[in-house]
Amino acid sequence: MNEILASTVSRAEVEDLFYHEADLLDSWKLDEWLKLLTDDATYYVPPNDKPDADARYTLFTIADDIVRLRERVIRLKDPNCHAEFPLSRTRRVIGNVRITGVDGEIISVAANFIIHRYRYNDLLRVFVGHYRYKLKRQGGRLKIAERRAILDAEELGLLGSVSFIL
Amino acid sequence: MNYMPSGTEFPSGKEFVVEDPKAQTFFVNREVFVSEDVFEREKRAIFDRSWIYVGHASELKSPGDFKTRPVAGRPIIFCRDREGTVRALINSCRHRGALVCREREGNARQFYCMYHGWTYHPDGRLKSVPGDDAYGGSFKKDEMGLVPVPRLEQYRDFFFANFDRDAIDLAAYLGNAKDYIDLVIDQSPSGKMQIISGTQEYDIRANWKLLVENSVDDYHLISTHSTWLNYMRNSGVNITPPKGELLPTRGFGRDLGNGHLTTDNPNYRGRPVARWISVYGEDAKADIDALRNELVQRLGSARAARVADTNRNLAIFPNLVINDGSSVTVRHFYPVAPDRMHVTAWALGPVEETEAQRARRLHAFLTFYGPGGFATPDDVAALEAAQLGFAAWREVPWSDLSRGMGNAADEQLATDEGHLRVFWRKWRELMEART
Repeated sequence: MNEILASTVSRAEVEDLFYHEADLLDSWKLDEWLKLLTDDATYYVPPNDKPDADARYTLFTIADDIVRLRERVIRLKDPNCHAEFPLSRTRRVIGNVRITGVDGEIISVAANFIIHRYRYNDLLRVFVGHYRYKLKRQGGRLKIAERRAILDAEELGLLGSVSFIL
Repeated sequence: MNYMPSGTEFPSGKEFVVEDPKAQTFFVNREVFVSEDVFEREKRAIFDRSWIYVGHASELKSPGDFKTRPVAGRPIIFCRDREGTVRALINSCRHRGALVCREREGNARQFYCMYHGWTYHPDGRLKSVPGDDAYGGSFKKDEMGLVPVPRLEQYRDFFFANFDRDAIDLAAYLGNAKDYIDLVIDQSPSGKMQIISGTQEYDIRANWKLLVENSVDDYHLISTHSTWLNYMRNSGVNITPPKGELLPTRGFGRDLGNGHLTTDNPNYRGRPVARWISVYGEDAKADIDALRNELVQRLGSARAARVADTNRNLAIFPNLVINDGSSVTVRHFYPVAPDRMHVTAWALGPVEETEAQRARRLHAFLTFYGPGGFATPDDVAALEAAQLGFAAWREVPWSDLSRGMGNAADEQLATDEGHLRVFWRKWRELMEART
């Protein structure tokens, strides 16, 4: 298993992708961020009480196909996106990066995240959880086919809205 | 005479809600959003005397199923006992008070107090007490069960509790709101709706009454939700308001009596049952046509059109909202402080939906609603901005809810504030009636 994994992808390469993505999201370079995704990418934030659920049967916090995800970016760049105007300052720290499986062209990876979010007139809100990604290699580069941000909080509570991209 | 009362002077005694039909004005004093005293009085005058939503029968499928949740500030076990009866028990051991159930949900053969080991049946009866021979002869096990909420009643699977034993029946309390609940339930061929798995629970740093207003206030659509409207437009949905209107369609705000109110709008933004829009994709067209045909066959074309082609945001006094729009959300909220509320929201759908129909409903839900939706986060931002503004309640004491005061009761537009005034009049009545 390790040999197959090693020939497909290295943890360093996955880490580079995570860190690059984190930088783009924290600096609100969302159009550049979209380029990290495949043309059929999905983005999920499961509900806090059903972290392992399937979005077809369960009400999620976010379950975007690529169409809605691109619309989400359009919205986030609009000053009339009031929940993110002025923009939040976010800083995400990503660790415990693991390659968890390879199935055909799909590479499954996992990582932990801590995101501190500051806003003018607002409390510090700390989002803690883990990512589960599905990656694909396209044109030699790793691309994100699915990203799932699973929060550890029992409920959103004082985290409030998930108005920025986790 | 000035338009608004000035300073913190009240026109006639200390009334927080000031109405002048002749001048066509309606003002609410902002102290009601910030005051600890008002907050404490609301608990007694409103939350202890109104029917408060507990949960839906579909959340408890099997005997022994339970959910724990606060209701009117009390820890409650909402459960189905071994005989299948739905109960709402106060989650506090009769011995020394600890919670006897500390999980969010599950299936229980008994509730066990981990402090001293008292156990209770799922219907609340006390089952066993370790070392019960230490009690005197007056100790009666059959009087020491978990305390049920004083009143628990349901309308079409929606369960409500009342902490006032003398309250009017739920059916009478709901009054005309029942017709609108029926309209929601008519989506289901069997008349059975279910709460869909997955809960959205989030706090808003604002007074709870602001969410009642916001849930039914269509005046804010263009300014607060332009990014959502853009998304609809980008997806090929016509969102242009007709000349002279603030909404893409002309809708109304309705007084349903007893403090309940609703918007009643022709639909433009699509409905999973049963009005297709481009967002759903071409594939969905035939399926939605089939749903529509079923409605027409079962209900007749007029009622089918009412179900499929109109939206409603229904507010059941004091703190339950059923939004029947681009999907159905059941949302209730309770205050934890004058400047903070806790919101719990679910999606509701017909039990017989196919996998594709359910997926479409959930997808449509998330486009607008919820903490990750394209609209709700901006509502939250608006309410929090209002709450921040209320810090100056002494200098800027009055909020204005006078829109449409000149219109007749049956001509109150959803973009007017006539239906918001319904809530405030009931709020005033209960706060003043408190003894």
